[in-house]
Order: sequence, then structure tokens, then C-alpha cells
Amino acid sequence: MASTNGSVSFQERMEKNVWALLIVLAVALSVGGIVEIVPLYTIPNTMEYNKFPELVWQHNVPLSQRQPIASWKAGQGVRPYSGLELAGRDAYQREGCYTCHSQMIRPFRDEKERYGHYSLASESVFDHPFQWGSKRTGPDLARVGGKYSDDWQRRHLRAPRSVVPESVMPNYPWLENNRLNAAEIQAHMRGLRAIGVPYTDKDIADAAQLVDGKTEMDAMIAYLQVLGTMAKLDESKVYRE
Amino acid sequence: MDAAAAEQKYNYDVVRWFAVMAVVYLVVGALVGVWIASELAWPALNLDIPYLTFGRLRPLHTNAVIFAFGGCVLMATGFYSLQRTCNVRVWSDKLAWFTFWGWNLIIVSAVITLPLGITQAKEYAELEWPIDIAIAVVWLSFFMNFVMTLANRRTSHIYVSNWFFLGMLMMITYLHVVNSLSVPVGLFKSYSIFSSVQDAMVQWWYGHNAVGFYLTAGFLGIMYYFVPKQAGRPVYSYRLSVVHFWALMFGYVWLGSHHLQYTALPDWTGSLGAAVSLAMIIPSWGGAVNGMMTLSGAWDKLRTDYVLRFLIMSLAFYAMSTFEGPVMSLKTVNALSHYTDWTVGHVHSGALGWVAMVAIGAIYHMLTRVFHTELWSVKLVNAHFWIATIGTVIYIVAMWVSGIMQGLMWRAYDDYGTLAYTFAESVAAMHPYYAMRVVGGAVFLLGAVLMLFNVIMTVRKSLTEGSLRNARLASVAA
Repeated sequence: MASTNGSVSFQERMEKNVWALLIVLAVALSVGGIVEIVPLYTIPNTMEYNKFPELVWQHNVPLSQRQPIASWKAGQGVRPYSGLELAGRDAYQREGCYTCHSQMIRPFRDEKERYGHYSLASESVFDHPFQWGSKRTGPDLARVGGKYSDDWQRRHLRAPRSVVPESVMPNYPWLENNRLNAAEIQAHMRGLRAIGVPYTDKDIADAAQLVDGKTEMDAMIAYLQVLGTMAKLDESKVYRE
Repeated sequence: MDAAAAEQKYNYDVVRWFAVMAVVYLVVGALVGVWIASELAWPALNLDIPYLTFGRLRPLHTNAVIFAFGGCVLMATGFYSLQRTCNVRVWSDKLAWFTFWGWNLIIVSAVITLPLGITQAKEYAELEWPIDIAIAVVWLSFFMNFVMTLANRRTSHIYVSNWFFLGMLMMITYLHVVNSLSVPVGLFKSYSIFSSVQDAMVQWWYGHNAVGFYLTAGFLGIMYYFVPKQAGRPVYSYRLSVVHFWALMFGYVWLGSHHLQYTALPDWTGSLGAAVSLAMIIPSWGGAVNGMMTLSGAWDKLRTDYVLRFLIMSLAFYAMSTFEGPVMSLKTVNALSHYTDWTVGHVHSGALGWVAMVAIGAIYHMLTRVFHTELWSVKLVNAHFWIATIGTVIYIVAMWVSGIMQGLMWRAYDDYGTLAYTFAESVAAMHPYYAMRVVGGAVFLLGAVLMLFNVIMTVRKSLTEGSLRNARLASVAA
């Protein structure tokens, strides 16, 4: 090395002074994370909705002027989960579904034919935390909404092998026994609103009626049936380079 | 230094407790692993009991092996090698005990909450916010004790193992704090403040560097102390250790994005991660070479020294998985390997082959020195070595085959240009390999049980011989 003397004396200082070593490490260790994370907030084409605002329902509409979720129609764009869907998502997280199911379709021919259009970042903009997953012991669920009937989903969740003999998924019979609690769901919605999910007061009020008398099974099905159906993607558009 | 002097000078008590608990958690973590592997092969084993389903126990397995086993190993070896390389007692005995009890309490709370489904649903960071706060506090207590002991050292230079430990302590603090940022909506429920692509990047910056720093830098620190000690030779190259240390510290942080190739993460981030991943082969192999070549001129010791066998085998697995990892980060390979069991195989070649083996070697080395007696059975160490190696190889091979097969089946087309297999067919095809994985894991678990037995018998031997008591009494008298 050309800078042998320089590097040796630098190293010498590091090895003799724990505080200097600590400070240099603190700086060296922070660079990679900053370079890779911060631009994801600042570069506009990270989120497709900057170029295609129609992807997100009521994009950039201030919270006070937003229409409630109840007035949304399928395909109008990505929106926050309703109270019932959110309860389903909570159960999805609790059961660790993400350990076997991804929600991120890659731009390959086989994935398009198996699962549908490749996933966009804008589609999980209200997902705290993201559920892209890292493993497909079971199939991808990013666009499972509408693929099967509610009845099929119910039977499958109750006993997966009764409809898919090859499946290795556990049975989830207890989802049908667990009643939803409106106050709890509303607290969850308020928490999400605090970190930027645009729930209107009416959305939170509506949740009470949506979950009334419903079970976690109903909620899980509502969640699964809305996955990938919120935004209508146009085959002729290039959403991502 | 004789036993009494060592007992007087150093705090070996906390080392003994962490070391024994590490072996207990190795058995527990591997047991849960074998159980959930069996659930994938024979789904009836989920037993229709919520607390025992794969989705809830898998986080328990990862938390048990990473934080319970890995953490206790890092704290046992850390306190041991730190005191000895600084030639001084740990800065605060009280703080060290706080770390021990705090860490074990966190482990107990994980064992209770994860099967109950109390989770943040972030991979490898599932524990809910109150436990996350406890982790931060206990981790900082370890960090502070470590730094203050280094500041108090009676040696002129900070030894290389401590550089690696320090890098780990710093980076894990960053990762844990940032990735755990969330808004609580109840005592047992919170939502990450991040979402979508930013959450994915933060999560894998955390996820990969938990591997890169906790399970690599920390365990390289272990390697740099225990390999030369066990071999009775100095580290092969000082210059190599300096270069690969700084390259690893600066470079490893960038790798997380290679977990998100072809996802909605922008292309530049994934490509950057893959490029740095490839470059990381060099410093990684620098460490492996430095460890292995420490044996140059003393290779014959491998014939008789079973503890050394663990340490050297771990470096072989380390070299292999740090080559495999960058290959898998390449976009063309990743397109096939991502979402498949290949990833699981890769993780276990690192976790069983590298992390567990180097830890097991270090624990056997420490046991004789902190309990002041010979191991109850050296032959059992040799048996453990072969059992652990064979179990690891069976596991990895099963996952390589199933992973590559899955990837190929998912993308296969028939003559008519339609997908050749349904997803369910690919699941059915995995069954023999999932069963084979159970066998590999069970073999590895058997080795861990033998180790626990050997450890218990060694501790009993030390107690009946009175070697530990004598050393302590002598130290009090002195």
C-alpha cells in the first residue's frame, strides 16, 4: 500500500484511544445506511404515484377534505384499509402469515401469469409495516383479492387441505371464534393516523359498525379480498423503469 | 496465571453463567427449529393449537437462536476475552449482572409473547415495543461496560477481537433503534412508523446487518481471540486484520438492499447492494484466511485437538457462505433463489456452520478455564464435532436441492407456452427435502444435547473436585 505510513499511524491512534476508535466507527458505520435510505424519501420516482397520481385514491387531498372510505369504489386507487380489513391485517400479522407468504410480485413473465401485474411501491404505501415477505412456502398474496370466493377462503382458512390437498398450511379454526372489538380497532386506526395514514373521523366512526358482530375470520377474508384490487393498473403504462 | 489469581482478578462469574445459558438456549433454539421444520413436512403437527403454529413459532426459533443463543455467546465470550485482553477486571460488576439478568428476562418475555402472537411482524425484529425498549437498555449496559473496560485497560493497544466487538456494539445500537421506531396503540401492539419501500429498505438494512454485525463481526471478534489461543499461535497477519476490519465495517452496511432485487425498491439501490456484496468477498475471505493461516505450521494439532476442529470448520463454512451470499445477491441468480428454500439453506450454512461452530469451540475452550478443570469427556467433544458437521451438511444440501427445484418449477413452461406446474405441485415436490431437513436439524440438535450433557458433567466435576471453590477461596484469602 502506498500510504503505509499514514495508515499505520492512523491505526496506531485507533488502537490506543478507544474514544477515537468509537467516533471513527460511528461515522464509518452510518454512511451505507444514509446513502441507501435517505434518497428513498427524496427521489420522486421512488414512488410511482408522483408520476401516476391516479394510483392513490384522493392523492394529495388534505385530510379535512377527504371523502370517507365508504365512498370509495373498487379500482379507484390505493386507500387506507377499512376497520374490518385492518382487523384482518392485524390477524394476518399476529399469525405470522408473512413467514410463508410474500406480497411482492416481481416483473417476470411467470410471476405475471401466476400472480398478475408486478407490484408497485405505491400499493403498500399504507402498510405499516410492509408485508412484502421474503419466502414463498405458500404462494404470493399481493393480488389474491377476488381470485377465490369468500366461501373458498373460509373453507381454506378453516382447513387448507380440504381444498388444496398438497398444502402444508396450518388450520386456523380459531379465527371464527374470535369476535372483533370495535374500540380496539378504532385505537389502532388512530395510531396509524398519527403516523400519516389518512383516516377521516368518519372512517374511524364507521369501523364500529363494520366490525359489529364480525369475527376475525370475516376480517381476514375482507383483508385478503381487497389485496391488489385497490388500484387498477394499466398494462400499457410503464410504472417502473 | 493460576486459577486463584484469575478468579481474583477477573469477573468469571458472569462468564460462567452466560456460557452455560448459551448452551441451554442452543438446545432450545434448535429444538424449536426441528419442530417447525417438522410442521412444514407434516402439517398435522400444527395440532390446531394457535400457540404452536408455524407462523408463531418461526419467530420464536429465530429469536431463540439469534438473541438467546447468539446473545449469550457474545456476552460470555465478550466479557471473557475483553477482561483478558485488557488485563483488567470488567469496569462494573453490577452492570455486568444487570446485563445478564436483563438479557435473560428479555428472552423469557420473548418465549411468552411470541407464541401468543404478540409481534410487530417485522422479520427478525418481531418483539413488541416494551421489549424493544428493554433490549435497547440492556444492550447499552453491555456497550457501556465494554467501552469503559477498554478505557481502563492495562495494555497499550486495543486487541483486534475488541475492534470487532466494538463495531458490533455500535452498529446493533443503530439498527435496533431505527428499525424499531413505531407508534404504540396498546401495551402489546404497535405499528412501524415506516411503510412501503422505505420500510423494506430499513428492515433489510437491519436484517442483513444483524447478520453482518451481530453474527459476523461479533463472531469474528470471538474468532480473533479463541483461534490463536486454542492454536497457541499468534494471528497470521496483523496487516490483513486491519484491512479486512475497516473494509468490513464500512462495506457490510450497504448489503441490505440485495434482499430486495426486482421488488418495488428502485433498481439503483438493489444494484448498489449487489455490487458492494461482491466486493465484500475480499474482506470476508481476508478474515477466513487470517483465521485458518493462524494454524500454519501447527496443522497437526487438528488431529488431536477437537476444540480446534470446531473453530477451523467454522472458518471453512464462513468462507463458503460468504462466497455463496454475494453470488445470490447477483440479479440473475437472485431471480431464481429469492423466495425459495435456497435462502434458508444459505442462512443455515452461516448459522449452523459458522456461528454455532465457532461459538461451540469458544465455549469448550472457556469452560476448562473458567471452571478450572478438564472437560468431562473430550471424546464427546469429538462426537459432537462430527454430529454437528454431518447435521449441518444434510440440512444445507436438502435446502439447496429444494430451493433450486422450487425456483425452476415456478418458472418452467410446457410446450404450449403455459406454466408447467401449479404452485401446489411445487409444494408437494418439496416434501422429501423438508423431511430430509428435519433429519439434518435433528442430528444437529442431538449434538447440542450431547454438548449440554458434557457441560453439566464438567460443571459437576468442577464442583466435586472443588477446583472452582478452591480457586475462589484462595482468591478471597489472597
